Amino acid sequence: MAGDLTQTLDPLLILVALAPFIAALFTPLLQRLIGSYAGWVLALVPAGIFAYLSSYLHPIATGTLVQGAIDWVPVYNLRLSFYLDGLSLTFALTIAGIGALVVLYAASYLKGHPHQGRFLAFLMAFMGAMLGLVLADNMLALFMFWELTSVTSFLLIGFDHSRQAARRGAIQALVVTNIGGMGLLAGVLLLQMIAGTWEMSAIGGVVRDSGLYGIVLACILLAAFTKSAQFPFHFWLPNAMEAPTPVSAFLHSATMVQAGVYLLARTTPFLGGTEIWTTLLVGFGGVTLIWGALGAMRQSDLKQMLAQTTIASLGLLVLLIGLGTETAILAMVAYFVAHALYKAAMFMIVGAVDHGTGTREITALGGLANVMPLTFFAAVLAGLAMVGLPPTIGFFAKEEMYLALANTEWQGILTLLVLVAGNALLGGVALLVVIKPFLGAMTETPRHAHEAPPAMLAGPILLAIAGVIGSIFIIGLADYILSPAASSIRGDYVESHLGWAIDLTSPVIWLSVATWILSGAVYYWAGAIRSGLRRASSALGWTADTVFDAVMFGLIRFAGAVTRWLHHGRLELYLVLVFVTLALALFVPLLGMGGLERLLPTAELGNWSAVLAWPDLRPYEWGVIALAVIGLGAVLMAPSRLVAILSLGVQGAAVALIFLLFGAPDLAFTQFMVEILSVVILTLVMTKLKLDERDPRHLEDLLRDGTLAVVCGAGVSLLLMVVLAGPLDTRLSDFFTATSVPIAHGANIVNVILVDYRGFDTLGEISVVMAAGIAIMALLRSRKKPAAPPKPRTRKAKGATA
Amino acid sequence: MEHVLAILVGLFVALGIYLLLSRSVIRMLLGMVVLGNGVNLLIFTAGRLTREIAPIVPDGLSVPAGPIANPLPQALILTAIVIGFAMFSFLLVLAYRAYQTLDADNTDTMRLAEPDNAPNPPLSY
Amino acid sequence: MNTLIFRTLAPVIVGIMLVFSVYVCLRGHNEPGGGFIGGLIAASAIAVYAMAVGVPAVREALRFEPTAFAGFGVFIAAGSGLLSLGTGSPFLTSIWLYLNLGDTVVPLSTPMIFDIGVYFVVFGTISAVALALQGDEGEEP
Repeated sequence: MAGDLTQTLDPLLILVALAPFIAALFTPLLQRLIGSYAGWVLALVPAGIFAYLSSYLHPIATGTLVQGAIDWVPVYNLRLSFYLDGLSLTFALTIAGIGALVVLYAASYLKGHPHQGRFLAFLMAFMGAMLGLVLADNMLALFMFWELTSVTSFLLIGFDHSRQAARRGAIQALVVTNIGGMGLLAGVLLLQMIAGTWEMSAIGGVVRDSGLYGIVLACILLAAFTKSAQFPFHFWLPNAMEAPTPVSAFLHSATMVQAGVYLLARTTPFLGGTEIWTTLLVGFGGVTLIWGALGAMRQSDLKQMLAQTTIASLGLLVLLIGLGTETAILAMVAYFVAHALYKAAMFMIVGAVDHGTGTREITALGGLANVMPLTFFAAVLAGLAMVGLPPTIGFFAKEEMYLALANTEWQGILTLLVLVAGNALLGGVALLVVIKPFLGAMTETPRHAHEAPPAMLAGPILLAIAGVIGSIFIIGLADYILSPAASSIRGDYVESHLGWAIDLTSPVIWLSVATWILSGAVYYWAGAIRSGLRRASSALGWTADTVFDAVMFGLIRFAGAVTRWLHHGRLELYLVLVFVTLALALFVPLLGMGGLERLLPTAELGNWSAVLAWPDLRPYEWGVIALAVIGLGAVLMAPSRLVAILSLGVQGAAVALIFLLFGAPDLAFTQFMVEILSVVILTLVMTKLKLDERDPRHLEDLLRDGTLAVVCGAGVSLLLMVVLAGPLDTRLSDFFTATSVPIAHGANIVNVILVDYRGFDTLGEISVVMAAGIAIMALLRSRKKPAAPPKPRTRKAKGATA
Repeated sequence: MEHVLAILVGLFVALGIYLLLSRSVIRMLLGMVVLGNGVNLLIFTAGRLTREIAPIVPDGLSVPAGPIANPLPQALILTAIVIGFAMFSFLLVLAYRAYQTLDADNTDTMRLAEPDNAPNPPLSY
Repeated sequence: MNTLIFRTLAPVIVGIMLVFSVYVCLRGHNEPGGGFIGGLIAASAIAVYAMAVGVPAVREALRFEPTAFAGFGVFIAAGSGLLSLGTGSPFLTSIWLYLNLGDTVVPLSTPMIFDIGVYFVVFGTISAVALALQGDEGEEP
């Protein structure tokens, strides 16, 4: 069967990823129309997707590959392509199936919450992102959906945003997973560079032989480890438990945290199998497994316990992917399915307990089996799966992973020991969660304990039963789910050998028995283990969590310090910076790029005589230039403001005269009018202000400003001389001159340019003039003190008119 | 003769910048005007100088008889003068209002937007 | 400023300036002049008039808010550009119309309307500023 994959096209595959987004758009409206029944309607979307995808179980098990794509950016040959193989199908079915139950559960859990519609919309959007992620073939689409899951989970974790803990959990999750997102982006771009394709299904074996393999691997592992909460990035997951329980059941069992596992599984065909891959994955996975399992024992809050066991299970999955043998991959898929079912059920059960009693503290609960019999029933089944007892899929998963490590060398035996220890601890936690709250003597709880409503029971019971049914029909499950998924990961056909025939002579079954006994022991000494672990962790003094806080606050302090350093609030220093930049911009091209050489004498010696010759200006032209210089000097030296204003008029008039002398009468007239009006309105304003006459600068400031001004002025002069030494491009001017009368019927070329050739430009400019006028009016009419009572706007009331 | 104008432009720019670097708002305003004039002259000179012959086509002709002044920089400068004046009026009124409201014509004491002792950003989530 | 001679002469000067400003504006297409200069001259006339007779009298004489003139200017300038859309040409393409009145030919054109728009914008904006500053009493403590 392997190798001869048939391919079919199915454009509806795109709709599978997009439908939840569309549903999310209409969720608030739906919520407003039909209230809390919205959950029942919305659950139809994932249920429909589940049913639709189920129809592909048989074709995919028999070797079909389903594809669907639309053009995304055709210019770059980019297609939004999706495909469905055994791995995608397993994940997608889990997401859609658990998603439907979670939506139903959430509608009941948050009944009467003012923002329930918003919550369900976030949940649907997250589901869409997750489905898109596991169905995407295009790596950029994969990255996009990856980031979308980060963003939507941020919204979900921070849903209860009035609590600081929820905000912190949300930010932490976003920051950590986005660091990984950046890694994924880098990895994806490198993969495209190496393989020359955006489609993951088309990447062959070229990556492993590439020199960039190490970097690609580091990027992808960073993404997967942050998303799947591997040590040392595990700390965000327990804090994300600030989210409402349905979110925990969905995100932290089957979906978001599994995205990293999915990425590793998906990239195994072209990244996996190397020694470094195995070493890193098994190492990090093993440490995470033990760390999470011990963390779970340390907790007494039911939800926190489950969160920590999720970390442990994720470590286990990563470890199994790292091993990469047929048995290990089969065990990984089986464990993924088992875990998704029982962990989602467990979270929902804890939510139901919390909902029914008002507490999640394990020491404060007991004897609930009588009042919550159905919840207890679900808890027992889920617990069996978590401990790995028959008849559940968990049992087979555990058998399979032990089998993967049987008969190997010392690394294998060490890994096996880690697995047994981890499984035993997880089993102990499972016993605690199932037995402690439900059996024993009834305790007083904040709320009067009662059974959960049907919508909240449907999820855990169905999921727990699914785990049992799956194990009874284990051969069918293996043929339709486990084997196709494992085949996709391995890249060739994986034959399943799971069945009910238990061989009592194999060491594997006895390892399982040992695990159960150890689980019992863990349960028996749970109190002692907990207090021991707590003492150890308080002796350590810091956690990854406190490091995160220190880094974040350090970043904020650093940003504040930089801002204060750059925004010191001293205008003249800002301006100094601007003009220093101007001086650099003037002199670097002049000196560095050979601009000045144009002014230097050439071999023919003709240049110097031209430059040094007395300029051929007429006497009255010298007079006008002298007037300009005198005006400038007077502005600088003026003893009083009024003299400065008049001097300003003098230099302006000199400029107007220069325009007049050199053939620009229009400019000259305009300049004259502007100068007159400037002097008039400056005088109008100045006479109303009592201004300080002195220049408030100190000597060193004067020297600094003077030097800068002279340097900039010299730079502009030199630049202009260089420009004058070069040729003038007169094409535009020639065109205007030649066509002004024949085409535009105007003899004044300047005016024709203004109102005809460049009319659009002038239209913009007069709009600016008008806007400036309106702004001035607004400034003048705004009152000085808004709090003061309005004065009558008559002429008699002095100081009132604006 | 253009080099003399080039040096004059340098003087305008230097004085404009020197005034702009002052802390007194009114001096900065004068600086803006001087700098604006300098830049206008810069564009004018860069388009080459021609004595006294305005870019106007004599009556009855369809193109000018001889060389004329370059019309393109003139068109650019004409709008620049008017816009520069509009901006100058705006800045003047702004300074006037600022003086009335803040009672200050010195940029050192105008620290409404960036106060001296800006608070630290909050250290929490 | 409020001498008798000035007050008597001011209306005459202002009248001449206003007429001259219109003349400068209209001849601008063929001789030195144009909307920018014309508008500036007219605004100066308004400023002079306000010095002579006071701001309220000028506002009354103008009938409209000065900024309204500016808005009107932008409006007709843009409108003159829109006319060309009727002939299928791009925005602001000029259209010429030669009126034969006996011996003389009066050329009318959209650039002329555009220039008149410029005139109004400059006139309206600057006289608004001048009037507002002259009318503002300073609000000194």
